[in-house]
Formats: sequence, C-alpha cells, structure tokens
Amino acid sequence: MSSWFSKNTYPKYWLDYLENFKNPLPKTIRENRFVVIDTETTGFHLDLDRILSIGAVIIEDLEIKVSEGMEVYVKQDKFNPETVEIHGLLRNEKVKTITEEESLKLFLDFIGNSIIVAHHAQFDIGMINSALNRRGLPNLKNKLIDTVDMYRATQIKSNLIYKRKTYKLDDIAYDYGIDLSDRHTAAGDAFITALIFLRTVNKLMAKPKFNLKKLLKL
Amino acid sequence: MKNTIAQRIADFLKDFPPFDRLTPTQNLFIAQNITVKYLDKNSFIFDAKTPLQPHFYVINKGAVLLQTEINGVDKQLNKYDEGDIFGLRAIFAKESYSMTAIAEEDTILYCIPIEIFRPLAENNRAVGQFLIESFASNTEFPFSTTQQETLFGNATGQIEMSEELFELQPTDYIKKVVTASPDMEIRKVAEKMTEKNIGSIVITEKGLPIGIITDKDLRNNVATGKFGIDAPAKDVMSSPVLCYTKSISIAQAQLSMMKHQVGHLCITEDGTPNTKLIGIVAQNDIIVKKGSNPTILMKAISRTNSTKELRRIRKKTMLLLKGYINQNIPMTLIMRIMFELNDATIKHVIKRCLKKMDSPPPVPFAWMSLGSQGRKEQLLHTDQDNAIIFQNVPDETIDEVRSYFLKLAKKVNKRLDIIGFDFCPGDMMAKNPNWCLSLDEWKHQFTKWTTDTGNDEILLCSIFFDFDITYGDATLTSKLADHIFEITRNNQIFLSKLAASALRSPSPFGFFRQFLVEQDGEYKDHFDLKKRGLMPITDAGRVLAISYRLKNINNTAERFEELARIVPENEELFLSCSYTSKALLKFRTKHGLINNDSGRFIELETLTKEEKMKLKRCFKTIGNVQELIKVKFNVQNF
Repeated sequence: MSSWFSKNTYPKYWLDYLENFKNPLPKTIRENRFVVIDTETTGFHLDLDRILSIGAVIIEDLEIKVSEGMEVYVKQDKFNPETVEIHGLLRNEKVKTITEEESLKLFLDFIGNSIIVAHHAQFDIGMINSALNRRGLPNLKNKLIDTVDMYRATQIKSNLIYKRKTYKLDDIAYDYGIDLSDRHTAAGDAFITALIFLRTVNKLMAKPKFNLKKLLKL
Repeated sequence: MKNTIAQRIADFLKDFPPFDRLTPTQNLFIAQNITVKYLDKNSFIFDAKTPLQPHFYVINKGAVLLQTEINGVDKQLNKYDEGDIFGLRAIFAKESYSMTAIAEEDTILYCIPIEIFRPLAENNRAVGQFLIESFASNTEFPFSTTQQETLFGNATGQIEMSEELFELQPTDYIKKVVTASPDMEIRKVAEKMTEKNIGSIVITEKGLPIGIITDKDLRNNVATGKFGIDAPAKDVMSSPVLCYTKSISIAQAQLSMMKHQVGHLCITEDGTPNTKLIGIVAQNDIIVKKGSNPTILMKAISRTNSTKELRRIRKKTMLLLKGYINQNIPMTLIMRIMFELNDATIKHVIKRCLKKMDSPPPVPFAWMSLGSQGRKEQLLHTDQDNAIIFQNVPDETIDEVRSYFLKLAKKVNKRLDIIGFDFCPGDMMAKNPNWCLSLDEWKHQFTKWTTDTGNDEILLCSIFFDFDITYGDATLTSKLADHIFEITRNNQIFLSKLAASALRSPSPFGFFRQFLVEQDGEYKDHFDLKKRGLMPITDAGRVLAISYRLKNINNTAERFEELARIVPENEELFLSCSYTSKALLKFRTKHGLINNDSGRFIELETLTKEEKMKLKRCFKTIGNVQELIKVKFNVQNF
C-alpha cells in the first residue's frame, strides 16, 4: 500500500514504540520479558485476510502473569465465512470490538521491546506486519522466538530418527499433557503457547552453556 | 476486556476446596491475579532457606512432594497432586517454610497472591475452616487446637446450626438466677419466690449450688405440715442438683431431665457442683419440637410394648442420625445421643424380657455391651456383641442359674436382632453359654486370656475389654474391671502382645496415589475403612488405656482425651488421636448412610478431594500413635 508517511510523520504510537528499542535487552533469559502472542484471522493469506483477535500473555521471571495479559477483538470490514468454523468467531458475536488501528496501538504499547514468542511465529507476525504496512508503518522490530524451533531443539538429534519439519500446537500440547480446552481463541492459544514455552525453555536451560543468544538463534 | 485465560483458571479452581466455597466472581478475581509457573520433574520450589513468598500454590498439573531432612536423610512428609494447595501455612503463621517442596513430576503451579486471597478467606468461615484443617494436615500433629489460633485470630471451629436442628444448639439458660442461702427461713424463701414470680429457687453456699426448692418441694414438705414455715431452706430443698456446663445442648438437657426425672438443671463454670453457679435451665423453658427428635424418640422407646414398634423407632433414629451427619453436628454429640437411644432401646428390651420370664432373676446380674456399643461408638446397623455376668453361686446351683440367664439372653438377643442389631456372626452374644458366666468364671476367663495369650485370645480381648454395663448390677462389672487391672498390672508380656496386635493393620500413610485397596473378593478395589482406619485407632486406644489404667472409659475418643490429660508430654498426639477416631467414625457413618450398609468399604472414586485430605490426615495420626506404641511396648520382640 502507499506510504505517504515519511519518517517524520509517523504517528505518535509508533514513535513511542520505537523509543523502547533505545534500551538494550536484559542479558539473561530469566530477566527478559517475553510476550507470547497468538492471532485469530479470517484466513491464511497475508494480504487478503484480516486479524480477528489478538491474545497476548506476559512471561516475566519465567512465570506467566495472568493479570497482565491482553485480549482484543477487531472490528471487521471483511468477513470470510469459511473460517468461522475454525476460530469460532462470528462477525457479530457479542464481544467488545475495536478498530484495527486501535488494536495495533494497544498491541505496540503492550509489547514494547519485549521478545515475542509465538507458535509458527512467522504467520502471526506476518499478519501484524501486513496490518502495520497497510497504515504505511514498517515491520515489528522485536526479537522473535518460535516455539516450534524451540521444541525441535529439544528433540534427539539423530539422522536415524525421522524428524518432522514442523509441529502443530496440539501435538506439542499433547506431548506435554497440557489441557487444550480453550483452543482456537487467541488468548487461549497464547496461554497454551506460553506453557509450552516455559516447559521447553526449562529443558533447554538445563543444557550446559545455553543462554539468551542461543535461544534467539534457534 | 474479556479474559479467557482467567476464566479458564477460575473454572479449574472452582472444583477444588477451598475455592469451591467461593463465588464465581471471587474465583475469577483470584484467577486474574495469579501467576503460572512451570516446573520440571525434580525441580525445587522452596525450602527452609527460601524467604517467605507473597503467594501460595495450587497444583494445576503434576505432583509435588513435601519433605524434611531428619538426621541428614530426606523424609517424605506429604504428596500433593492436582487441585491441592500448599505453602500457605507458613504465610499465615508468618514463619519460614519448614519443609522442602519439590516437583515430583513436570508440574504447572498457580501462584495465588496472599493479599488477594486473605480477605476472601477471612470473610468466609467455610474457607477459613477448610484452611485450618488443611494446615493441620501438614503438621506433625494434625487437629491440634493450638494450630488454629496461629492462623486467623478470630476464626473459630464452631459449626453453623440450622433451624431444624435447634435442639443440638447450646441451651439458652437463665443467667440471672434467683438464689437463697441454706439457712434462710422457708417463709422468706417463699416470699422471695412470690416477689420474683418464679417457680424455683436455687440454694447456694459461697456461690456453689447445693440444692433447689421448687413449688413442688413447698407443696410436699411444707403444705403437708412436715416442716414449719420457719424451718431453714436446707431442710426442704432437693439435693444434690444436676450440674452441666453452659455448652449443654437442648437435646442433652432434655435427655438428662428425663433420665433423672427433674425439671431443672444448674449451669456451673465447669459443669460440676464444685464451681460457681452461672445459670439454670428449666424444662418449661425448652420448647419440645415435634417430629423426629431425640426426646420424642426416647419417650417412644420407653412407652412401647412392641418389638416391631422398636424397629420402627430405630429406623427413625437412623433418619435422625442422617440429619445430624448432614448438618455436620459435632461427632461427640452425635455419639452421645445415639448411644443414649441405643442404650435405652436395649434396656427396654431387657426389662420387657425379664417380665416375660417365669420368675425374677435368681441372683443379681448385669448385661454387658461389648465392642462398639460398649465403646459408645455404635451408630449404624452393626452386629450385637454382648454378654451376661451374674453373681457367684455355689457349684451345685450354677447350671440352673446359668440356664435361667441363657433363657433370658435368648429372648433379648432375638428381639435385638428383630430391631436391627444383627446377630453377631462370631456368636459373641449372651445367649452363648461361653459368654454367660458368673463373676468368678469371668475373672478366670480373663486371667486365662491374659496369661496364655495367642492370636485368638488377643482378638477376644479386643472385644471383651471394651465392656460396658447396660443393665443390672454395676458392682459385678466394676469388680470384673478391677480384676482386669490387677492381672494386667505387671503383665508386660500380655501388654506387648496386645500392643503388637494394635499394629497389625499398618495405617496407609502413603495412601495418596497408592491408596491401599483390597486386592480381591467382593470389595476388590475398595478401601477397608474399618481395618485400615478404625481398628488401628481403637486398638491403640485400648492398649494405652489398659497400660495407663483408665477405668470406666471405653469410648476411643474419650480414652485419648483422658490420656492427653494424664500424659501431658504426649498431649498433642493424643488429642489428634481423639479427633481422628471421631473423624473416621463420622466418615464411616456418612458412607454407611449413603450406601445403606455398614460403611466399612469405601469406593475410592466416590471420595472428594477434601475427604481424601481428611483421611490422609487421620492416617498420619494413626501412623504416629503406632510409632509410639512400638517404642513404648517394645513390640519388636513379638
């Protein structure tokens, strides 16, 4: 889309967001704030589909802070009836919705420079970046961690064992014995992802010399 | 903002105590404010060196082990699983953690901030009560009352009574009692009663109640001319007075008045005539409620002339019991009331059977109740265990005398069976010639049991040692009791054998995930509450009672209360035992009423989290007292 914003004319919420990155991240995994996100969308096409809701869960000191979570539902101009079955969100469902821009504002303010964690992170980040780009804003600047990569790193490395390229959220949750009751709401999935993150990071940290740098490079 | 996650957590919490006692809004509020922790297997949660955390824990998934180090060895104290709370006691007591908590499996914990939870707990008695009980389960001596005080300053163990069971509430007594001195002239006493418009006046000396004068006394003693109006009050008063503590329930007061055929009870500081009078309860002041209440049942028992009617009354008694259990009435109270009703039933049957005999008893005798009725612990339909003791007679007449009592016993046993006290399968009944003996024969029998003791003898002792007189001549049973103390006094071998038998059913201390269940038979996978719980605590109470020479106390809870009094160094443990015996009995009664059986076998799946916790606490206490018995009686050799 067009970019009539020049650097100087970025809206205040974006400039405030950028301001956060002047501060370096803490050095250790434990000291960092992680924002675990999940989005529900009208479909899988980054340009054509839209975000229906964003759920985000905060991990600080390697604990999930329930009180600080975020859960927003986005007002829709576009509606794809085929995906309703998956995400269960009807356009006119009685939840409080806000505009896409409003949700981006809240989201940017919420994440700051924290490390973003998501399952198949590229998709969720891609959807958010598309929304930002539509408003002439650049991509998110946060460090990213994909729980799929993390999980894969905990599996036995051997050529003899068939290693899957990817793992569904359900597969890992099943492996970890995590309850799947709120699957397919953004917040519920973010919570499941957060639990998977905590468990996996615990396992990774048990390895000698594992640190933040290695976590970010997985 | 919608909060799916908090809603999910609240949904989880609401199924577990104490959160099941909170409203959905309160649980949501808690859930919104928690943090979630993930712990790998074997990771550490806290230990004695950890500073006190501002939160406690609920296990969402996994299991946590609490252990403590004793002489360098880690000893497992407790194991928690999904829905359990831990780490709260130290916070409330404002102490450091006394144990080490380790995740035994991969575990998800909910950390609940204490400042969020405390106000909810303090404003909700049910929650407070649950917490007190759950803390108690983490301590060496669960149930100890001192625990309660350190938790909430104002929490009490009182149970809310419903309107329907009003007769179990403490009696309302008259606090401003009108009194007179023993030397006051009758005329002045009468004037005082007229002036105050009262029907009775308590005679006190130095504040202690020594007698009572009622309108009836004046009528019988003065109006008849027996005494002049200038005679001193003490000549006319009825004396002594019946004294109780102010906690006496309406039901108990009614029963007592009926039993002693009086219309007034005095309330004194400690329930004896040796302390100051603080009030008076008059029969007229007690409203007799209609329906199934103990007073009416008691009256019905004493009036009936039909065994079938007694059976109907006993069924009503079971309804009453059910109500009491459901209303969470204190077990001590339930035991006493049920005992009185059972006792009255048996007495009534004996009286009626005596009338049906061709002649009065040839010599004085006593009817002894054994086992659970002897211990005043019989609540459900259990077997009858009883025996007869009669006065010594010359050898040449003993057969004739015995046959009289056997005939009587046969009638009584048969009627009790009809009423609902089933025949004892082991034939421990007075109609069995082995258990219908003269005093000397009984003495001989006990001597034999205690000197030549095998397994059978121990079993018999465990039944016969808990004898209590139900009807007849108390001097006979009293002499027998004296004899038993005499022969067990220095009989270390017998006591050790009895102690060893008290340990034969080890308490399932590690019952948590490996609850000991029956391996086969009809009750496969059921838990045997009698064998694993009630028998060990009853056996322990008996052997300790004999060794400390407690006479005339057969009730297990009361035995332990008395032991706590006379052995102060073990006070806490014995008080816990007293509670445990009541808790287990209540448990059994509750499940017996649900399943309409003896309550002995319990299906594990039917237990709630809270019930499992209560059982666990009981087993811990049993484990402790068995440990003590092992050491005290040097059981290793047997």
